[in-house]
Amino acid sequence: MIDIIRLTAAQTAEKIASGELTAVEVTEAHLARIEATDEKVNAFLHVDREGALAQARAVDAKKAAGEKLGPLAGVPLALKDIFTTVGVPTTVGSKILEGWIPPYDATLTRKLKEADVVILGKTNMDEFAMGSSTENSAYGPTGNPWDLTRIPGGSGGGSAAALAAFQAPLAIGTDTGGSIRQPAAVTGTVGVKPTYGGVSRYGMVAFSSSLDQGGPCARTVLDAALLHEVIAGHDPLDSTSIDAPVPPVVEAARNGSVAGMRVGVVKQFAGEGYQAGVVQRFNESVELLKELGAEIVELDCPSFDLAMAAYYLIAPSECSSNLARFDAMRYGLRVGDDGTKSAEDVTALTREAGFGDEVKRRIILGTYALSSGYYDAYYGSAQKVRTLITKDFEKSFEQVDVIVSPTTPTTAFAIGERTDDPLAMYLADLCTIPTNLAGNSAMSLPCGLAPEDGLPVGLQIIAPAMKDDRLYKVGAAVEAAFVERWGHPLLEEAPSL
Amino acid sequence: MPGITREEVVHLARLARLELSSTELDHFAGQLDDIIGAVARVSEVADQDVPPTSHPLPLTNVMRADEVRPSLTPEQALSGAPAQEQQRFKVPQILGED
Amino acid sequence: MSTYTELMSYEDALASFDPVMGLEVHVELGTKTKMFCGCSTELGAEPNSQTCPTCLGLPGSLPVVNAIGVESAIKIGLALNCEIAEWCRFARKNYFYPDMPKNFQTSQYDEPIAFNGFLDVQLEDGEIFRVEIERAHMEEDTGKSLHVGGATGRIHGASHSLLDYNRAGIPLIEIVTKPIEGAGERAPEVAKAYVAELREVIKALGVSEARMDKGQMRCDVNLSLRPTPESEFGTRSETKNVNSLRSVERAARFEIQRHAAVLTSGGTIVQETRHFHEEDGSTTAGRIKDNAEDYRYFPEPDLVPVAPARDWVEELRGGLPEMPRVRRNRLREDWGVNEHDMQSILNAGAVDSIVATIEAGADSTAARKWWMGELARNANEQGVVVDELPITPAQVARVAALVAAGELNDKLARQVLEGVLAGEGTPDEVVDKRGLKVVSDEGALGAAVDEAIAGNAGIADKIRGGKIAAVGALVGAVMKTTRGQADAARVKELILERLGVSEG
Ligand SMILES: [Mg+2]
Ligand SMILES: [Zn+2]
Repeated sequence: MIDIIRLTAAQTAEKIASGELTAVEVTEAHLARIEATDEKVNAFLHVDREGALAQARAVDAKKAAGEKLGPLAGVPLALKDIFTTVGVPTTVGSKILEGWIPPYDATLTRKLKEADVVILGKTNMDEFAMGSSTENSAYGPTGNPWDLTRIPGGSGGGSAAALAAFQAPLAIGTDTGGSIRQPAAVTGTVGVKPTYGGVSRYGMVAFSSSLDQGGPCARTVLDAALLHEVIAGHDPLDSTSIDAPVPPVVEAARNGSVAGMRVGVVKQFAGEGYQAGVVQRFNESVELLKELGAEIVELDCPSFDLAMAAYYLIAPSECSSNLARFDAMRYGLRVGDDGTKSAEDVTALTREAGFGDEVKRRIILGTYALSSGYYDAYYGSAQKVRTLITKDFEKSFEQVDVIVSPTTPTTAFAIGERTDDPLAMYLADLCTIPTNLAGNSAMSLPCGLAPEDGLPVGLQIIAPAMKDDRLYKVGAAVEAAFVERWGHPLLEEAPSL
Repeated sequence: MPGITREEVVHLARLARLELSSTELDHFAGQLDDIIGAVARVSEVADQDVPPTSHPLPLTNVMRADEVRPSLTPEQALSGAPAQEQQRFKVPQILGED
Repeated sequence: MSTYTELMSYEDALASFDPVMGLEVHVELGTKTKMFCGCSTELGAEPNSQTCPTCLGLPGSLPVVNAIGVESAIKIGLALNCEIAEWCRFARKNYFYPDMPKNFQTSQYDEPIAFNGFLDVQLEDGEIFRVEIERAHMEEDTGKSLHVGGATGRIHGASHSLLDYNRAGIPLIEIVTKPIEGAGERAPEVAKAYVAELREVIKALGVSEARMDKGQMRCDVNLSLRPTPESEFGTRSETKNVNSLRSVERAARFEIQRHAAVLTSGGTIVQETRHFHEEDGSTTAGRIKDNAEDYRYFPEPDLVPVAPARDWVEELRGGLPEMPRVRRNRLREDWGVNEHDMQSILNAGAVDSIVATIEAGADSTAARKWWMGELARNANEQGVVVDELPITPAQVARVAALVAAGELNDKLARQVLEGVLAGEGTPDEVVDKRGLKVVSDEGALGAAVDEAIAGNAGIADKIRGGKIAAVGALVGAVMKTTRGQADAARVKELILERLGVSEG
């Protein structure tokens, strides 16, 4: 008897293609798993049971008609609730969009449907993708399947938790400052932030336009690559989309190797605030890379020390403008319209009622940073930092093929621990932010459990822009070596829920 | 670099159309002051002669041909409207310009 | 609507103050689609039928620049003698207003696509005044609101408003002058002449119809006074949406008189927007521009920079049409008309029709005569401009040709034009149907007669000899060569005339 929910996406697709399983069986198994576990995990904001089954039936019909199926046909997926979906609510984790049903599909949604990937539903997230714990969702926090009292990371905590809870073999996240990679790290899953412009942003509700990037989440490196290939590629509806072939990520994932590669370790990704167990597992990973034939090069990237500060000016600035459209006029929540109040007042009352604290904080911060008199000192300087970070990366990639670091300085912290300490919360993205600022690609994959708390630790691999395939080549090699060392995939050690 | 005062937060909230309560104002003013204190570090590079980066990609001249694409139907366009009348979005009275 | 405003006489105002103007003109481009999405820009569609996620500002939507929008902006910049940016960006202008779906306008800020130009305008007496152009930049229009429950659709007193976003996102080019100094008492005339000339340029470029009555071209008049041309600029008022040429002149004049009255009585001018009222040419106070106005411009992250290649710019420059003022002067000389008559032709809006008629073969005198006479009168009666009449320049040229060939006289030609305008068909069809082709071709007929006489010398001699009855044979010969289309009685007359005999 096959345990459907524990199959990888690649295995599932293979069994559907061979007729060993039907897409409907696979979908039903996952819907049952969600039903059984999601009361505890709260990974999903909306489960589209009927839509998923209809998609699955269509795959089975194609198969019956002898049509050739795509590499992920019939495989279930959990979609972050930040991508628009025709006929299915899209809330971005916010009260202000409660009940909004978009009249159009995001390009990524369309690509998933065209590839016959079965969309199970929409996953929980920090409101407007602002956060590192999914506690900022207006619809309650998501629990980390490794320990339900701990955060699953954020903003894409719902997607990562769905993977770790075996509710779906594939998920989609978005990464503005680490929102794919940090949840992957703390849930023991794999997450990739593609090169900026590699995956269309059309239909992905904007948080910070120059940083946001959608990407694949999975339980294995190969599954992430298969999903990457489905969602990536040029989109004429997104002006910042790269008009070039998608890097050969699947081929790379099938041919993992680090032999002869130069791997960089950045001096600045260490020091105060890094948990001992995280440092230990990271150091072991570096040793492993050496054993596998890589040459380790130490790198100095002084501008990285300013990355966090630059990020918390650029992202709030862009968000203060992007979120201005939520004004109670055309869609979403409207509060206080009693026939006597002005549009201006209704807008202000609605935004007050509809946005959570973190969103309000960032809107105010961004409004401040863009104000006349402050622009040059804050926004202008932050953009200079961005240039310096890009240069540090460029210089580094002249010496190395990829860079590695811990994905996040600590393992999953307790729900509630940092909710009223924004600065402490922001530290979770210390290692992930430079990549967003420079626009290149990065992956997080599991590298073990921290001895002191038994929780997953993530290894981050960073590659140059449009060299996303290097992430998969290195990631696949590291993954294979660890699985061999552990005797099984890390997630098998997670509690059964 | 100086921090931020409660009065400034009041002004910014008005610019951003957020009807903050007075407890929220107190709460945010303190937090924002801390955050601004931390991010103000970027001004260390203010006098460095490097160009600012507004876009992570060196792309230019992305344009589309002037060709009509299908619009939404009025029903789709208005599907999310909190209120509508005469196939238009109905909004509360607008203050200001005529 | 307007409240009583203290004014100083125009002459007194100019005696004490020197006016400085700034003109901001928004032109709606005539592209097929909007600036950042593929929605149609066609006028007159039902509400909210030309919207998409992008121009409605739906969450997740993104803009993509219309290439013709950029091309049009460059053409306008070149026609206004501007430099064209090698590299420029769009910027977001952040402010909340319900007619603006994203609550920011995608515009340009400190990097306009065109800058540092000028436009020479000709005043009524022929004097040329150079208006310096600060910049021309690309942006997008807002939606339209309908105010319900108040008096005559005004915003004040309305209970609510209804929004139609069909216009939201239509490409606009905003053209801003540098401060216009040195115009003195002619400032209002300069303002009007500038907007009129700009409109001609836009039309000549073919980038917009620039119809002010349809809102395709809108003007804001900024005005301030200072004691002398050497003094610093005074505080300005910004009169918004002045939407006809005449109104531009009146608004400038009114503001000069109003500012002068305020300043002379010891008051100060408030920096504010003013609303213009067509009914009486007055302006009233709008929004005060205080420091709360903070648009928080920053580079639009959803659009990449525009870097027009130099060879593209040069190609566009090479393809520019002759500029209207140059063309007008050339035509005036070609046609040999004086300034005054040329002005009448311009006022009638008949220049292009006359040119096209000449191109279709008419001579310039005839072309001007018909368009400025019969047709101008007719257009006037119908309350349209001449080029809206249901007659083509080619048809007018045909009428002129018929007159030149002697087949129509002026009186009959007027009847032909009347018939064409009445929808009776082409000039030749009207001639046929109304039977207006009455003048026979004496020349052709004469040749046929000469031929008949030469070919029948014996018969001719008999006739000369007094045997007039023999003329029938020669008439028959002429009728044969003209295939029966000649007037027999006239032929007989001609034969007798040539042979020097007369019927007894
Ligand atoms: Mg403007
Ligand atoms: Zn549109």
